[in-house]
Amino acid sequence: MAVTAVSGVEVRRPVPRLRRLEDERWLALALLVPTAVLLGLFIAYPFFEGVMLSLSSSRVGIPGEFVGLKNFSKIWDDSIFRTAVWNTFWYTGVTTVFKLALGLWLAMLLNRHFKGKALVRAFILLPFIIPTVLSTFAWKWMFDPTFSVINWTLFHLGIITTRINWLGDPDLAMTSIIIVNIWRGVPFFAISLLAGLQTISPELNEAAAIDGARPWNRFWYVTWPLLLPVTMVVMLFSVIQTFADFQLVYVMTGGGPANATQLFATYAYQIGIGTGLLSEGAAISLAMFPFLFIIVVVQLLYIRRVETR
Amino acid sequence: MVKTKRRSVLKLAGGTAAVSLGGMAGILATGRTPAYAQQKTVHWLKWVDFVPATDTLFRKEMMPEAEKALGVKMNLETVNGNDLQPRITAAIQSGAGPDLIMSFNSYTHLYANSVVDMSALAEEVGTREGGLFPYAKAICSDGKMFMGMPWAVIGGMVAYRKSWFDEIGVDKFPDTWETYREAGKKLKAKGHPLGQTLGHTFGDAPGFTYPYLWSWGGKEVEADGKTVIINSKATLESVKFMTGFWKDAHDEGGLAWDDTNNNRAFLSQTIAATLNGASIYIESLRKPEQYQTDKGQPLNKDILHAPLPKGPAGQFGFHLLQSNMLMKYSKNQDAAKEFLKWLHTEANYRKFFESQKGFATPCTAKWESDPLWNVDPVMTPYKVAARLGQAIGNAGPPNAKAQEVLSKYIITDMYAKAVQGMPAEESVKWAESELKKVYEV
Repeated sequence: MAVTAVSGVEVRRPVPRLRRLEDERWLALALLVPTAVLLGLFIAYPFFEGVMLSLSSSRVGIPGEFVGLKNFSKIWDDSIFRTAVWNTFWYTGVTTVFKLALGLWLAMLLNRHFKGKALVRAFILLPFIIPTVLSTFAWKWMFDPTFSVINWTLFHLGIITTRINWLGDPDLAMTSIIIVNIWRGVPFFAISLLAGLQTISPELNEAAAIDGARPWNRFWYVTWPLLLPVTMVVMLFSVIQTFADFQLVYVMTGGGPANATQLFATYAYQIGIGTGLLSEGAAISLAMFPFLFIIVVVQLLYIRRVETR
Repeated sequence: MVKTKRRSVLKLAGGTAAVSLGGMAGILATGRTPAYAQQKTVHWLKWVDFVPATDTLFRKEMMPEAEKALGVKMNLETVNGNDLQPRITAAIQSGAGPDLIMSFNSYTHLYANSVVDMSALAEEVGTREGGLFPYAKAICSDGKMFMGMPWAVIGGMVAYRKSWFDEIGVDKFPDTWETYREAGKKLKAKGHPLGQTLGHTFGDAPGFTYPYLWSWGGKEVEADGKTVIINSKATLESVKFMTGFWKDAHDEGGLAWDDTNNNRAFLSQTIAATLNGASIYIESLRKPEQYQTDKGQPLNKDILHAPLPKGPAGQFGFHLLQSNMLMKYSKNQDAAKEFLKWLHTEANYRKFFESQKGFATPCTAKWESDPLWNVDPVMTPYKVAARLGQAIGNAGPPNAKAQEVLSKYIITDMYAKAVQGMPAEESVKWAESELKKVYEV
């Protein structure tokens, strides 16, 4: 009887092909395939195409031929490109410092308990949530050379007597786009750093306080080192995004006046689309890559060092 | 109950034409779908017209008429002028998209490899309508083919406030740069400067800087299209004059303006004159209650138009020339050609022309003497826009290289750099070195 029962529920052995997945190596491979295909299709392939494009003499509608590094040597000799390189570094550097400082400050404030905390946190995110083009148009009107509400306010407060040419002066135009980028980026820093702050056990700070550490020392020796890995990751994202920024500058100044706010992405668009020189546009875009690559590698190495400390 | 047989359904589905050929078997034998399923669709992509009445006319009246007359289905799509180029690029690179696409200025030369020759129609219309203006020919043809069918010119004229010019004792619009500067100086002193953009914007900036350069005798290249001659005494003089002219007479915020800023500044009465299409005037006509002068009169009664002043080498204009390109990838080339032919018949083109009320100037001579130009004298100056226009890349052809110079705003930035404080000689040298990188490679 027992024998019959056992034979009745005999487990069907998996077919050999599926049995292979019992091996962890094959299973891992199978699980990785969808991701690999997606990455390959949407990142590796376009990247490869971009590289090939930058090494050709392709224009819109003309496939062109392989020209080696000619496009890169041409853009290197291009004063507007050099201006764009300098502008991009300046824009990224200044905005990142301010976004980090203000974001951290905001995160520390939001980490305290106060009435309406949830509401304030939600509002803080607004600049980050509103579509960039929309908010940038609002800023553009605020910086308008003729109708600037900022100028109007400063004038009526008696702070200025003549209007400030926000987007018409080269330095002020750069300052303006930096201000808008900071405004837009601070919430991302603040919320991400706030998440990091909340993972730090309050007991550590309390212990330090009992030992007589002042607030600044508590921040510098307890909070900051624990927050550093999160900070580095947030900075990494921000640097990549800011370095390749397009919409904001395109809407505010179009790269002007006289290329004072021209960045990598805006110049690549101007050449690739405006002039139809696809290969040169691709070369300008790709020229970002080594700079970004170095920045990313340095940051990732630093993150690893911090984490293994 | 009547039973429907499979065979009878198939026969019905084949339709009369198919039945005559032997039912479904006949259709299959020809390898083609029945004619009624083959109605072609012509997809036309054009800008959102600054005169909304024209787009309404196209959608509500002319497209249905075209469908009826030509037996095709029309798909009219309108996009912002700035978005045409990304759309063209994407369509050409992917080999699919609208059959007809509106082109601005030298886009025709940029995309020459991807369009169908329109010589036959251009010549037919030109001959019928008293000749195509050289400006349209230079932009739409490379001498071998017509890359686009010339459509219209959106003229750029100076819109100015008559009463404010009267107040400073100028009863006729200045016709030289010197007298314009003098007038501008007085107007700026009264709080109404001249308004002009020197920013990175496709219309009004090059629309001013190119004719300004030409009027002083400055040229980008020799007629060979290769030898850069921008660094000349004439160009230098023009840059030097511009720095003083800017400080004396202009609204200095203009360095940051796009194509819409001067409209707003003019309509809100902060500037006395600006180079523009007729859109400021047309807007003031549409809303006479909203736009009033400081004396409570409708603003549109105080606006006049005039061409840009002349310089030592003459008087020029650089206007937006629109054409329609028939794309090589299109599978409906014949139908699209038929549509364009239909659109350019006198009766149909007139509907478009009249809806524009002078905002668009046709590219052929016949229309210059049309009674429409006498309807509103304020619009009359625009009638010569197509005749007086000159193409970029002067004295060479308005080819892809000339378009590259335009897209990089090199001529505009030469002036912008100088008014920002760079010595005139240096800004001209900068422009020369940039032009050489484009033309001499």
